[in-house]
Amino acid sequence: MNTFKKTIVTVLCSLLIIGNVYADKIKIGTEGAYPPWNSKDSSGKLIGFEVELANWLCIYMKADCTIVEQDWDGMIPALQMRKFDAIMAGMSITDERKKVITFSQGYADEVASLAVMKGSSLVGMDTPEGINLSLGGSDVKKALKTLTGSLAGKTVCTQTGTIHQNFLESGDVGSVNVRTYKTQDEVNLDLTSGRCDVALAAAVAFTDYAEKSGKQVVLVGPTFSGGAFGNGVGVGIRQASQFGEGSSLGDRDAKLLKDFNEAIDQARKSGKISELAIKWFGFDASM
Amino acid sequence: MDFDLMFTSFPKLLGATVITLKLLSASLFFGLIIGLLFAILRLNKNIFINKFAYGYSYLFRGTPLLVQIFIIYFGLGQIEHLRSTFLWVILKEPYWCAIIAFTLNTGAYTSEILRSAFQTINPGIIEAGKSLGISNKIIFYKIQIPIAIRQSLPAYGNEIILMMKGTSLASTVTLMDLTGVAKYIISTTFKPIEVFIVAGGIYLFMTFIIHNVIKFLEKKYSFSQ
Repeated sequence: MNTFKKTIVTVLCSLLIIGNVYADKIKIGTEGAYPPWNSKDSSGKLIGFEVELANWLCIYMKADCTIVEQDWDGMIPALQMRKFDAIMAGMSITDERKKVITFSQGYADEVASLAVMKGSSLVGMDTPEGINLSLGGSDVKKALKTLTGSLAGKTVCTQTGTIHQNFLESGDVGSVNVRTYKTQDEVNLDLTSGRCDVALAAAVAFTDYAEKSGKQVVLVGPTFSGGAFGNGVGVGIRQASQFGEGSSLGDRDAKLLKDFNEAIDQARKSGKISELAIKWFGFDASM
Repeated sequence: MDFDLMFTSFPKLLGATVITLKLLSASLFFGLIIGLLFAILRLNKNIFINKFAYGYSYLFRGTPLLVQIFIIYFGLGQIEHLRSTFLWVILKEPYWCAIIAFTLNTGAYTSEILRSAFQTINPGIIEAGKSLGISNKIIFYKIQIPIAIRQSLPAYGNEIILMMKGTSLASTVTLMDLTGVAKYIISTTFKPIEVFIVAGGIYLFMTFIIHNVIKFLEKKYSFSQ
């Protein structure tokens, strides 16, 4: 390769890298469609628990942050393609996701629940109030059996690529007829229209929708945690090894993970996470 | 590049292609009937019938297919009165909503293609038929329709290819067509490039087949034989 070509290639490469990386701004990706975790107000501004928490974490990290929007189904690929540096989108820490990205410590945890329209035959299902799939035991087994019976032949709706979908397809509740949607909003629409017999998501996603829309959406069955539902919600960050440990890109990601962990510690100690959780969820979902 | 994933996702995507082909063939079949009907209405001298047919084609050619499918699926689903009628039996199913949207869309384009084909028929041919004492009905079925179909083949071939690609929007209303399954695989593997390359390859292959079938038909029915 002659010198001229080399120069051009070098210049182009450095432009690409400078443009993306050395702008020392942390870009945080969120969905903006999963209230109360993250959503948008009527003017299109991002709001929600995680949007406020992200801003506080950045204050603790003394970093300049921007929050960007990304569709849920492209969230992890977008992180890996460096469209942003961290995910704060109600994303639960699961083993499956840990294979491709890494997570900070959890900052909040919240249970999942089934929801139906008032008057559904599923109302009044005989199960304990909440089950933890990681604990197992006869209570959990009994509850799952009840659920398997009640959900048989029903259309269960949920968002694509979520812990809720993983659970429904895990076989824990038999083989149910799962229908997946791009956003939780669409799940809510089809639950109220009657196309879905029952839906599964974070319990607050339903209570928030019921409150805002005035629709008769009610929670049924036990609340779920553990197992396929992961270990709380954390900040998703690229694995340092993706670009090689010791490389400048890998080092930056490793430092980001450390900074986020420290900032979350600080936010927890100062009571900031609890305060924001109570404001957005109505109860203390911090962890 | 994860070649293993490309290999393992190929059979799953091929299975989903069946749904894509079902959607395509059903909407093309119903769309052709509607298209022919509205093309004939367009040629009617009655201004109300004429304008009605024009309005239909204007409406469905003037709005995006995505908007049409959303209005039919999510929009109609929100009307409470509708949910208690027999129509809901059909509209409840995403499959039928998609077919209705695709049919109405392709029907509008097909009506325009056929209308222009009817209008370009050489009047001399029809006059020749009349001078031989053939009835108008026979002239229409035996002369005008076959010529119009021949005339519209290249444009209609394009419409089939466009519609085939349009079926990918079925995935937005929860159908597991080729694009739907591709997105599903991506949601568990987080590798969009590999999966979309395979899915894109399948779409390309279908285009190749459609293109060649149309080319063959064009040759077979060409006038210069």
